[in-house]
Amino acid sequence: MASQDKTGGGFMKWLDARFPASRLWRDHLASYYVPKNLNVWYVFGSLALLVLVNQLLTGIWLTMSYSPTAEGAFASIEYIMRDVEWGWLIRHMHTTGASALFIVVYLHMFRGLLYGSYKAPRELVWVFGMALYLVLMAEAFMGYLLPWGQMSYWGAQVITSLFSAIPGIGEGLAEWVRGDYLVSSVTLNRFFALHVVALPLVILGLVVLHIVALHEVGSNNPDGIDIRMHTDDAGKPLDGIPFHPYYTVKDLVGVAIFLFVFCGVIFYFPEGGGYFIEQPNFEPANPLQTSDHIAPVWYFTPFYAILRAINFSIFGLDARFLGVIFMGGAIAVLFVVPWLDRSPVRSMRYKGWLSKLMLGLFVASFVALGVLGVLPSTPVRTHLAQLFTATYFAYFLLMPIYTRLEKTKPVPERVTG
Amino acid sequence: MADHGVNKGRRRFLVGATSVMGAVGVIGVAVPFVASWKPSARARAAGAPVQADISKLRPGQRMTVEWRGRPVWIIRRTPEMIARTQALPADYLADPDSRQPQQPAYVQGELRSLKPEIGVLVGLCTHFGCSPLYRPEPDAQAGDDHWPGGFFCPCHSSRFDLAGRVYASMPAPINLEVPPYHYLSDNIIVVGEDKEAG
Repeated sequence: MASQDKTGGGFMKWLDARFPASRLWRDHLASYYVPKNLNVWYVFGSLALLVLVNQLLTGIWLTMSYSPTAEGAFASIEYIMRDVEWGWLIRHMHTTGASALFIVVYLHMFRGLLYGSYKAPRELVWVFGMALYLVLMAEAFMGYLLPWGQMSYWGAQVITSLFSAIPGIGEGLAEWVRGDYLVSSVTLNRFFALHVVALPLVILGLVVLHIVALHEVGSNNPDGIDIRMHTDDAGKPLDGIPFHPYYTVKDLVGVAIFLFVFCGVIFYFPEGGGYFIEQPNFEPANPLQTSDHIAPVWYFTPFYAILRAINFSIFGLDARFLGVIFMGGAIAVLFVVPWLDRSPVRSMRYKGWLSKLMLGLFVASFVALGVLGVLPSTPVRTHLAQLFTATYFAYFLLMPIYTRLEKTKPVPERVTG
Repeated sequence: MADHGVNKGRRRFLVGATSVMGAVGVIGVAVPFVASWKPSARARAAGAPVQADISKLRPGQRMTVEWRGRPVWIIRRTPEMIARTQALPADYLADPDSRQPQQPAYVQGELRSLKPEIGVLVGLCTHFGCSPLYRPEPDAQAGDDHWPGGFFCPCHSSRFDLAGRVYASMPAPINLEVPPYHYLSDNIIVVGEDKEAG
C-alpha cells in the first residue's frame, strides 16, 4: 500500500506489524468513502460525539467533588458552584451539554427520518442509534436526580412510580428500582453508580456498534442513492470522497459554529431560561412537599405530555397504566421505523406529498407535545395533547399504508449535489 | 481411543449440557445482584409509628407529619367543609363509597375518618406519587364549577375532595390512602398503628 510506505518509517512499520494502526486509519478515515453531496444535516452525528466527550470529561471532574448522599448532595453542588476552582464552569458545561446532546440527537434523528437513513441496508445503524437514544434518556434522568433539588426529587418520584402502574408486580418493581419505599438516599446512591459507571459504559459500547454498522454499509445521502453502485476501475465510488480530510474539515466548521452557541449559553444563560436547569432545583429536595409546578426537563416533555394526555381507560386498563403504555409505545415505535416504511425510495426528495405531509405533522406534533409538557395542564391543553398524541402515532402506524399508496418521483442514477 | 471418527451425537450432547449448566450458573450469579436492589433491612426497619399533637391545629388548617418517609396530612375540617364534602354528588367521584382498599376497615364512610372533623391522609397522589397541594376553599380552583375544596396535584392535575376521594376521570385511579391510626388522647394521634396493636 502506497500510503503505508510513505508513512512507514521505522516506527510505523514496527507498529503495523503488531497493531492495525494504518489499516484502521485507512478503513475508517483516509479511504472511507462518503457521498460527496452530504449537506448541513450531516454534521450532527459528529457533534453528538463531541458533546458526549464533553459529558464524559466534565462528568469525571464533577464526580471528584460531588457527594452522593441525601444529606450531602445538594450542598456538594453548591460547593462545586462556589468553592471549587472553575467548578461553576465545569458544572455548566455538563448541564448545558446534557441539553445540547439532546438537541443534536433530535436533529440527527430527524435527518434519518428525512432522508430515509434507516432503510435497508441501514436498519441496524438505526436500531443501535435508537438504543443509544433510550440509554441516553435513562442516563439523563438518573443524572437529573443527583443535584437533589425539588425537581430532581419529584421528577424521580414520578418516573420510578411509572413502574408501579404495571398491574400485579408494579408496586414491588417500583420498590426494587428505588431500593426503598420512596425515593431516598438509597435511590440517589444507586442512580449515581448507574449514571457515572454503568450507563456510560453501555453508551460507549453502543456508539462503537453504531459506527461499526455505519462504516460497514456506508453513509446514506440526501438523494438516498447507493454510491457504491458506480465505482471507478479501482473500486472507488465515483460520487464518494474520503472522510478525511473532506468531512473532518466540514465537521470542524460545524463544531466551530456549535461551540459559539454552546459557549454563549454556558457564559450568558447557563440555566437556559429555566429549561436547562429548572427553578425548583435551586431548592433542596423536600420529600414532604411537592413544588407548585412539576415538569421534566424539556427533552422529556413530549413523552410526558403523552403520559398526561391519557386520562381515560380502555379495554379495562386504567388510565395510569394506559398512559405508561402510550409513553413507552411512543419510544418503542421508533425502533421499528425501518420496517414501517414501505416506500421504494429512501429520501424525502423523491417521496410523494403524503410522506412530506405526515413528516411535517409528526414534527409539529412532537414540538407541540414538548410545549404542552412544559405547561401546567388545563382541560383544553389535555385535549390538545390528546390530538397531538394521535397525530404522533398516526405518522408511524399509517406509514406502511401511505408510503405504499403514494406516487414517488424517479430517483436519479447519480447524486445531484 | 481406537475410534477416530467424530461422535456427533455425543459432541452435541456435551455442548448442550455444558451450555445449560453455564446458563444455570449465570442465572444463579445474577440472583444476588438483582436481589441486592430490594429495600435493605435498614430501610425496612425505618417504619415505626409516629405521634402527632393536634391541639394547635385550627379549623381549616392542615399539618404534615412524616411516617415511613412519606408525608401524612392531618386536617381539621370546619362544619362547612364537612357539609360541602358530604353534599358532593356521587357521580363526580371515582370511588365515592371507598370500595378500593385504600383505608383501614374502621374509617369507612364519606369522610373516611374516625372523627368527622379530623382527616388523616397519606399525602402522596395515587397517580405517580407527587404530593398534592392543599386547596380547601371552593373558589381556589378556577374553571371548575364543582370544586368543593380539596387537594390538587401539581404534577398531573389530579383532584381529590377533602376526604381524599379522587374525582372521576382524573389521572389518579383511586382515592388517597388513609394510614392506620388511632387516638391516644383527644389531641394525640398515633399514625402507623391500629388501635388493637397499640
